[in-house]
Amino acid sequence: MKRKFPLLLVLIFGVLGMIPFIIPHPIVQNTDEFLRNDFLRLVSAFAIVLGLGSLLRVHFDKIGRKQVNWPYSWVLIISFFLTSIIGLFGGVSGKGLLPTKIGSFPFDIQTLYMNIEVPLGSTMFAILAFYMASASYRAFRARSAEATLLLAAAFIVMLGVLPLGDKISHGLPSFAQWILDVPNTAAKRGITFGIALGSLATAIKIILGIERSWLGGGE
Amino acid sequence: MRKTILCLTVGILGIANFCSAEELPKSSIAPPTEVKAFDTPNDGGKEISIEWKLSPDDSIIEGYEIYRREEGGVFEKIGFVGRSVCSFADQTKDRVKYYYYVATLCDSIRVQSETTGPIKSFPQWVDKKKINIFVALIVFGGLVLLFISHARRGKPLFIRKIAGLQAVDDAVGRATEMGKPVLYCLGTGDIDYIATIASLNILGAVAKKIAQYDTPLIVPNYYPVVYTVAREIVKESYTVVGRPDAFDADSVFFVTDSQFAYAAAVDGMMLRDRPATNFLIGTFAAEALILAETGASTGAIQIAGTDSVAQLPFFFTACDYTLIGEELYAASAYLSKEPLLLGAIKGEDWGKIIIIVVLTTASVLGLLTKFPILGLFK
Repeated sequence: MKRKFPLLLVLIFGVLGMIPFIIPHPIVQNTDEFLRNDFLRLVSAFAIVLGLGSLLRVHFDKIGRKQVNWPYSWVLIISFFLTSIIGLFGGVSGKGLLPTKIGSFPFDIQTLYMNIEVPLGSTMFAILAFYMASASYRAFRARSAEATLLLAAAFIVMLGVLPLGDKISHGLPSFAQWILDVPNTAAKRGITFGIALGSLATAIKIILGIERSWLGGGE
Repeated sequence: MRKTILCLTVGILGIANFCSAEELPKSSIAPPTEVKAFDTPNDGGKEISIEWKLSPDDSIIEGYEIYRREEGGVFEKIGFVGRSVCSFADQTKDRVKYYYYVATLCDSIRVQSETTGPIKSFPQWVDKKKINIFVALIVFGGLVLLFISHARRGKPLFIRKIAGLQAVDDAVGRATEMGKPVLYCLGTGDIDYIATIASLNILGAVAKKIAQYDTPLIVPNYYPVVYTVAREIVKESYTVVGRPDAFDADSVFFVTDSQFAYAAAVDGMMLRDRPATNFLIGTFAAEALILAETGASTGAIQIAGTDSVAQLPFFFTACDYTLIGEELYAASAYLSKEPLLLGAIKGEDWGKIIIIVVLTTASVLGLLTKFPILGLFK
């Protein structure tokens, strides 16, 4: 029963998830919308409680065991509770129970998001440029025939999009575009076909209970 | 006489030119013709489509106004479209009779078409436009089930070697020898992403090996739902191999659902804990290269796999092994060697053969139409 019940649930909800694709009738679409929006959100809410519990447990454990860089766990825990208090009592845009402003600091989640999360996220994103440079250096070392081909193609494409490329030859930009449009797109489409069929086969295997690894394996 | 003919010719040409172009008298603007209103097909109802043939004066008008009335009511303007547009979708109530006409608008002059109706909208039970996809689904699904039944009868099935998956044993073994943990990153897709589900399947197989070797495992999660599922999978895997006591509940944990905060957290783990092996399997976006490059800088063996085509080049360059698209979905079968799962992969391959045959045939037919001498397939 412990195994059969989840498999039965997956079968029922898997089929229910497929039906709205082909039936546009409001009865089916509204049910689907309820399952996806309301029901799934409800399940996610429970999971968030478990998730946050796990996060706190891991960091309290880190502090307890004085693991490497344990003081940073205090930063996380203090930030966590501070954000929770501001979120619970200050609201999303300063319409909660807390005073809207103390000095120039507005007590709401939007302020924290715009002034802390967005800049920190942008900083991480900016690092990507440097990682791209190091990854490109590694990719463009002509160690094999394939790598040499990649190097040549990349060189042509890079030259093609620069004004210099047009100066060298008027045909270079269009050749670079051809590399992007034809061989590149062909390879991408080949991968996409494989992904589509793989997804379909995986979905069928899971819905019919053939694939059970997600249950931890075994019979 | 010659002078009179010349004057007349110039006069007639002048009048013709005056009437044909910009200076057309407004009262002579023609309305749109053949106005049709019909229930929009293949939808959930509440929509009526209106189509018409463009007015002969389309090039000089401002556009078309659409008017509607219910049974017994008066006409009201419900929309406007610019010139050269010959259709409009009207949001309506279901099962109510409506009448429509379309008016040509030029400056403030309106010339209306004939009225059409009554017409009602209804919700449809089947979207006929998607029947081809449904048939393809049945065909490919049937193929998968056919080969699964072959496998069930014990027919041996060949599956080519996948380097990335062959390296799993070595990668886990290396971590064990070095006494360092294995990091398994499920990507930034939620539980409804098929790549996340495929990654969870692989996690189950990898966790079994890790449990046997008693190697530390780190599974940071991006979504709480994925975290709960991943934890159960790892716990179950430890139980299946008879090592439930070795399972550390804190080895699988939730980090954050903020993309770059997650990338920063996982990067931190890579740099602090120095895992010997990094699995980056699932759906990835811009964080793919940040994670893969940091992992490469620590000298860990990296096995990546994703169906995010845009991120594949980054994994190729920064990781030792990369599972490309469908290999990700085949991984669970490959690692478990379970005949039923291998049968499904055979079904996928036949699906690809069908697609290749259809595409090749269509391409050849398409090319043949380019040779006028053949003219067979026009």
